[in-house]
Amino acid sequence: MARTTVLGRLSWRVATVSSRAPETSRAVTLVLDVPDWPGHRPGQHVDVRLTAEDGYQAERSYSIASAPGDPALALTVERLDDGEVSPWLTTVAAPGDVFELRGPVGGYFVWDGSEADPVLLVGGGSGVVPLMAMARHRARQAIPTRMRLLYSARSEQDLLYRSELDGLAAGDDGFDVVYALTRATPPGWTGYDRRVDGAMLADVSFPERHTSPAFVCGPTPFVEAVANSLVLLGHPPGRVKTERFGPTGGGS
Amino acid sequence: MTSASALDGNALGGPLGELFTFDITSAVATCAGCGRRSPGAAWVVFVDAPGIVARCAQCERVQLRLVNDGTGRTWVDLSGIETLEIAAPRGGA
Repeated sequence: MARTTVLGRLSWRVATVSSRAPETSRAVTLVLDVPDWPGHRPGQHVDVRLTAEDGYQAERSYSIASAPGDPALALTVERLDDGEVSPWLTTVAAPGDVFELRGPVGGYFVWDGSEADPVLLVGGGSGVVPLMAMARHRARQAIPTRMRLLYSARSEQDLLYRSELDGLAAGDDGFDVVYALTRATPPGWTGYDRRVDGAMLADVSFPERHTSPAFVCGPTPFVEAVANSLVLLGHPPGRVKTERFGPTGGGS
Repeated sequence: MTSASALDGNALGGPLGELFTFDITSAVATCAGCGRRSPGAAWVVFVDAPGIVARCAQCERVQLRLVNDGTGRTWVDLSGIETLEIAAPRGGA
């Protein structure tokens, strides 16, 4: 379901981990079983709440990685060494473990394919996760809208979903992906080898950028710089949708 | 320039979604300070303040504050918002 109507307030639900799969040395995808999950839209997130034995609670937001049509809800979580929630999710949580989850959250940072305009996605580090939900949704629903992902990470080993993204881009259906590695590149690397900048964004922007949408997600400084550059290139400010992660540093 | 520790209004969706039936991230707010119209998602948000504070991205006026007082009571200060335009119920289109 591309659109679900969830009337009423959000409340905390119990999520049970059904499986976990490592994505990189720091990131894990958790597939969850959430009874009566109402469905979600591509780009939405959930809030996760952990409660310690002494009652201390910590809440953090994580983007949904799965497409709405996928059989189960999946989150991809990157470990922050000084984090209060991600270390448990990435290194401890195992099938059968439970935690509290609130969502789906957000109606702004959402792309569900209802517009024909080509869409540019720009992700820094784990900011690629909600953009992956959009790319997966486009593929699952065979949405013909052109979509391009510019994905910045520190090194090749830090890229999430690499083989799946390359597979999606290998088809001739209007999806392509461009990588930018900021710290280390492997021999023979053909992608960009620097931080995302205005010249790079000018290269990857669609000719229709004066009317078409863009979605930018990543650490706060990354999002600020990319969004400002996109507006300078002619993207309408109201069409550049942003979501900031705070200081995770993943894309810089 | 926004502080590196700042988030944005997307972070308000969950906490406010427990209180209200509309989605604050896509609601369009008019700032009572400078008159800027923007979706709640575009506010600059600090979650490490006492409570949660959202500021206008243009003039930095506080748009919204949300504090749990520890007794099960929540206080929401909306005095920095002149109007809120709400398009549809949460999740609707």
